[in-house]
Amino acid sequence: MMVDLSAIVSAAPFLLTGLLFTLQITLVGVAGGIVFGSLLAVARLSQNRLLSTLATAYVNLMRSIPLILVIFWVFFLVPWAIGWLTNGGRPVAVGASLTIYVTFVLFEAAYYAEIVRAGFRSISTGQYAACDALGLSKLQAYIYVLFPQALLSVLPILLTQTIVLFQDTSLVYVISATDLLGAATKIAQRDGRLVEMYLIVGVIYFLFCYAASQFVKRLQGRLAYGVR
Amino acid sequence: MSLLFETTPDGVSRYFDWILNGLCWTLSLALGAWTIALIVGTLVGVARTLPGGIWPRFGRIYVETFRNIPLLVQMFFWYFVLPELLPQRIGLAIKQMDPPWGSFVPALICLGLFTAARIAEQVRAGVQALPAGQRAAASALGFGRIGMYRLVLLPQAFRIILPTLTNEFMTIFKNTSVALTIGLVELTATAREINENTFRTFEAFGVVTIVYLVIALLAWQLMHRIERAVQLPSFVSGSGRK
Repeated sequence: MMVDLSAIVSAAPFLLTGLLFTLQITLVGVAGGIVFGSLLAVARLSQNRLLSTLATAYVNLMRSIPLILVIFWVFFLVPWAIGWLTNGGRPVAVGASLTIYVTFVLFEAAYYAEIVRAGFRSISTGQYAACDALGLSKLQAYIYVLFPQALLSVLPILLTQTIVLFQDTSLVYVISATDLLGAATKIAQRDGRLVEMYLIVGVIYFLFCYAASQFVKRLQGRLAYGVR
Repeated sequence: MSLLFETTPDGVSRYFDWILNGLCWTLSLALGAWTIALIVGTLVGVARTLPGGIWPRFGRIYVETFRNIPLLVQMFFWYFVLPELLPQRIGLAIKQMDPPWGSFVPALICLGLFTAARIAEQVRAGVQALPAGQRAAASALGFGRIGMYRLVLLPQAFRIILPTLTNEFMTIFKNTSVALTIGLVELTATAREINENTFRTFEAFGVVTIVYLVIALLAWQLMHRIERAVQLPSFVSGSGRK
C-alpha cells in the first residue's frame, strides 16, 4: 500500500488542534501535578501519623492502578461528585476536558510526589537544623530553603516524568477526546487513512519526546557539573 | 459486592467469571510480554555496551524509537498499520486471526518490544556501573565476549538493577490495560463492560481496582523474594545498599 502524503497535508489543521489540546493537558498535568504532588510529598514526610499514612496510601493506590482505569473512574465520578456538592445529589453533565484535567492532576501527582520526596531526602539534615536555628517557621523553611533545593536536585527526573506524562495524554483516546491521537483517529476513520495518520502521529510524538529527552540529558550533564 | 455473583445478560455465567476471564488475559499478556521484554531487552542492552561497531548504534536507535512514541500509538501501529504495510497475503492472514488472538498477538508483540527498550536501558546502566576491572579480569581469564557477558558481567549487572526491574515488572501489568483499545477484553475492559451492563459503577470499577492492587502487591512480593534469594554477601556493601 502506498502512503499518500496529500492526506497528511489536508489533515494538518485538525491535527494541530489536537496537538494543542495534548499540550494543554500536559501543561495542566505538570502544573497541577507538581503542586499537588509536592503537598503529598510534604504530607508523607510530616510528623503527623494520620497525614503521612493518608498521603502514602493515596500515592501507592494511584501508582498501582492503570491510568486508563483512573480516567474511567473520574469520567464516571466527577459528574456525580459535582452534583452531590452543588445540585443536591443529581449528577451534572461535565465536559470531557475537565474530566481529563482532573484525571491527570490526580494521577500524575502521585508520581511527582515520589520524585519530590526523593528530592527532600537528598537534602542534608544540616539544612533542616539551620532553618530551625534561623528561627524560620515550618512554612518558611519549606518555601525558602528546602523546596527550591529539593526541586533542583530532582529537576532532570521531573522533566523525564513530564515526557512520560506527555505520552500518557494519548490515553484520553478511551473517552473519545480530540487530542493529537484522537484527531488523527477521527480523520483516519473518516477517510480510511489509517496508515498515514498513525505514522505521522508517531513521527510527531517522536520528535517532541526525542528533542525533550536530549534536552534533559544535556541539563543533567550541566547540573552534575555545577555541583562538583 | 453482590454484583459479582449475579448472572450476566447471556444467562450462563456470573460477573465473577467475567472478571476471572479478564484477569486471565491481563496476566497472560503481562507475563508473555515480560518474557519477550527480558530476552530482547537484555540483547539490546548488551548491544549498547559493546565497544564500537554497528551494534551500539543499532541499540540506540531501537531504544530511542520505542521510548519516544506513546505505547498506545505503538499498539495502533502493530494492529492497524503493520498488516497494511506487509504483502497483501500476510496482512490479510493477520487481520483474519480469530478473536481474541487477533488483538492478543499484536498486543503481546507491542508490549514486549516496548518494555524491552526500557529494560535495555537498565541493563546498559547495570553493565556500565561495573568497575572496568571486571571486563579486564574476564579477558585475562580467557573468556570470550559471550562468556564474559554471560558469566561475569550480566550476573552482576542484573543484581544491581533488580530494584528498577521490580518497578518495570509492576508497570507491565498496568500497561496491559492499553490493549483494550485494540479490542482485548482484559481487566479494565471487563470493568467497563460490567458498568455498561449494570450501571453499577462503584462495584464494577471497585472490584477491578482491588484486583490491580493485589496484583501489584504480589508482583512486588515476588520480585522482593527474588532479590533476596540472589543476593550475594560481597555485593550488598558493594552496591551501596543498606
